[in-house]
Amino acid sequence: MGRHLNRGGPTVLLAATAMALAGCSAASGSEEPATASSSATVDAPYASTYEAYPGVPTAIVGATIYDGTGGRIENGVVLFSGGEVVGIGGADLAIPADYTRVDGTGRFVTPGIIDIHSHLGDYPTPSVDAHSDGNEATSPTTPEVWAEHSVWPQDPGFSRALANGGITSLQILPGSANLMGGRSVTLKNVPSRTVQGMKFPGAPYSMKMACGENPKRVYGGRGRAPSTRMGNFAVNRETWIKAQEYAAEEEPDRDLAMETLAGVLNGEIMIQNHCYRADEMALVMSMADEFGYQVTAFHHAVESYKIADLLRDNDVCSAVWADWYGFKMEAYDAIPENAAMIHNQGACVVIHSDDENGIQRLNQEAAKAQADGRRMGIEIADADVISWITLNAARAMGIADMTGSLEAGKMADVVLWNGDPLSVYSRPEIVWIDGAMMYDMNDPAMRPVSDFELGQPGEGDVK
Amino acid sequence: MNRLLALAASVAALATTPAMAQDIAITGATIATGDGSDPVENATVVVRGGRVVAAGSGVAVPAGVPALDGSGLWVTPGLFASITNLGLVDVDAVADSNDVNASDSPFGAALDVSPVINPKAQDFAYSRAGGVTRASVTPGAGASIFAGQGAIVDLGADYDAVRHPRAFQYVEMGERGAWLAGGSRTSAHALLRNALLEAGSFGDAAQLTGGSRTRGNQPGETIGLDSRFAPGADRSSDVLLTRFDAAALVPVVNGEQKLYIEVERASDILSALTLKDEFPQLDMVLVGATEGWLVADRIAAAGVPVIASALRDLPVSFEQLAATQSNVGRMVDAGVTVAIGGYDSSGDHPRGLPQMAGNMVALNRVPGATGLTWGEAFAAITSVPAAVAGLEGRVAVLAEGAHGDLVVWDGDPLETSSAPIRVYIDGVEQPLTNHQTRLRDRYRSLDESELPRAYEH
Repeated sequence: MGRHLNRGGPTVLLAATAMALAGCSAASGSEEPATASSSATVDAPYASTYEAYPGVPTAIVGATIYDGTGGRIENGVVLFSGGEVVGIGGADLAIPADYTRVDGTGRFVTPGIIDIHSHLGDYPTPSVDAHSDGNEATSPTTPEVWAEHSVWPQDPGFSRALANGGITSLQILPGSANLMGGRSVTLKNVPSRTVQGMKFPGAPYSMKMACGENPKRVYGGRGRAPSTRMGNFAVNRETWIKAQEYAAEEEPDRDLAMETLAGVLNGEIMIQNHCYRADEMALVMSMADEFGYQVTAFHHAVESYKIADLLRDNDVCSAVWADWYGFKMEAYDAIPENAAMIHNQGACVVIHSDDENGIQRLNQEAAKAQADGRRMGIEIADADVISWITLNAARAMGIADMTGSLEAGKMADVVLWNGDPLSVYSRPEIVWIDGAMMYDMNDPAMRPVSDFELGQPGEGDVK
Repeated sequence: MNRLLALAASVAALATTPAMAQDIAITGATIATGDGSDPVENATVVVRGGRVVAAGSGVAVPAGVPALDGSGLWVTPGLFASITNLGLVDVDAVADSNDVNASDSPFGAALDVSPVINPKAQDFAYSRAGGVTRASVTPGAGASIFAGQGAIVDLGADYDAVRHPRAFQYVEMGERGAWLAGGSRTSAHALLRNALLEAGSFGDAAQLTGGSRTRGNQPGETIGLDSRFAPGADRSSDVLLTRFDAAALVPVVNGEQKLYIEVERASDILSALTLKDEFPQLDMVLVGATEGWLVADRIAAAGVPVIASALRDLPVSFEQLAATQSNVGRMVDAGVTVAIGGYDSSGDHPRGLPQMAGNMVALNRVPGATGLTWGEAFAAITSVPAAVAGLEGRVAVLAEGAHGDLVVWDGDPLETSSAPIRVYIDGVEQPLTNHQTRLRDRYRSLDESELPRAYEH
């Protein structure tokens, strides 16, 4: 740690993310590769302590499989062992003798569902003021804050997302009060005493940004910048200029905010940008060009359908709801066909929740968005729709090499559904995370209960 | 394949001018009547003069009524959405366009949504396209525990939306009620009792002894008198309510106007039920009742219906610690009349009611959970909320004499993949276009090689 402190923030960052991007040359910017590769978890502050829970070699047999990459197998077999997917195939796939067989007849298998936009833990339930830890709304730019320092692992919402939504990984973002809200944290959806025990090992950081109404309302309401959309951009641009200067320094002093921004400019930290309106998204992409960074995904991008071609050409994902609309001015042009129309232009779609209830039904939201597309003549295969809540989310979170699809060598994050996950009548039956069974609908003992709920009315209920 | 689909294009033209009720027969469809029964395949529904004549299998199409082939489709009554903001809001976060909460008003109980409902608000058209044909519209409690008086509307594409003004009074009694009352539930209870006592005294003095609110009980014609304009009476000086608020509560005390009480916690529910001991005429409806399942037998015994959110399952507050998606099913099993309604997040919307109901059916296959049968679930968004609103058998059910509100769906209405393809209200076919559908059509192509998209309309 000490050596890195001398060299300033960006190097610390590189160490933290080198493991995440293993094999990716972008991470080799570290000039001390031995340190970066061998002691990343030591050097990365607040490092993940998560280790997979024990599992048994498992074969799910006879289910319909959506593999997350757009593949569909009827009467298929999924094999996993040692926390990893070992194989996936049809009924003829050989099943080693020591594998425990799970009957998938009449059931469906998907990769673990991934929510790219959650505030579980940093806006936990009960939603009392004392728990309001998602917006450091004291300055319009707070790249220095890290969402993980707000996450309360006892948020009962994690268990609901697991049991009802099949969520195995999720990104916790700071709120959208600020133009630059701080760093996100990606979690494995496992109960834990500490947030470190949930952190997704090797997941890169993202920084949350927000355009539009929220920052200008929060700060304009206090008589300070930004109070307009042009003010939003001015504050952003001035901040990026400072970040460029910082990134260019040989041995900069430590500056938490600048370390995050320099990490973005270096390509180590991804950008998750809350942005509703098409015209603003286009301006943000130009701002990214101006300063040399890439927007990974626009979140709540209700008007992406108006510029889906532009988003495709700029390789920016749209993380969207199925049909939220009208609750604020910049959501007035939201339409339920948004996701399908983005997909139809060849741009990347992710269905997100931003909601402790919606995260329990991302499968249903994706299904609605698919159906709304179908009614306007856009046919999207079920297996592709599943990728909206699995592999596409993983890509936009920088973890697609580890999870998001059922491919040999990937983490065995798996959901067995008791029916077609695109039907309102289906629920997760069993959820495995890294090959460990973490939820079983048929076994009340396999339903996590947060500390908060112990001894309370309804403790351990099906919820 | 069928004439219903083929004729869909003609609907928009119909809607631009006031349309007469059509005589309609739809044959060969899967019909769910909304009364709690299971759907019936290959069934027929007949609507004449804006009213349902019959629905079911073996129903004959009367001579002279054009029959549409509904094979492959579902036909149901229109959905009844409870506790909505329809017509009170254009954009929630645009205060100028939002009439839900009157936070700085000198009035509470006297507030009345009926003259301010705007049927041209996009939410009307958007909800109609989702199959919602009737709704209760309620103000939000802003300056007082009394939110004011809600109305029952139809969602027809005309200006004649309000069917039943001042259909109910709405009061907040949980955590929010405590906050509005000055910081404690004790104050909320004192304010409520004092208000009802003041109203009772005022009603006695003004000789408002009953029968004052409604005249004529013909369905659709119950345009109630407004108690606020009752003859004046002297009042003692020791009063908290304005005269207008006191007068507004007279029909509540007399049991002529329903009192919707929002409570979540089990103990708060029981406290609310005891109000009937003190004010025997109260015609109460519980709204929320997130912990209702814990005291479901007591609610059932009191004969008080409930409007509950279906999918709450998080301890969002200390008054909802026992929240579970099984709340509705457990209350129904205990004999409580439960309508699904209420909208918790920005994404909740009246047209999401079928998804909420569908999830209740899904619970039947979750061990330990209590769901609803398909018929029960569909009734919980049609006939049951209509009954809770005081319109049992008159709307949101395919029963003889009921309003001819029909929705033709392209599949199981509770399934995520289904949507309405035709909507009729009082036998009049309705347009399904709105701001959203126009945007969809404009941006179907992004080609601007000839002209900007603004010329596509």
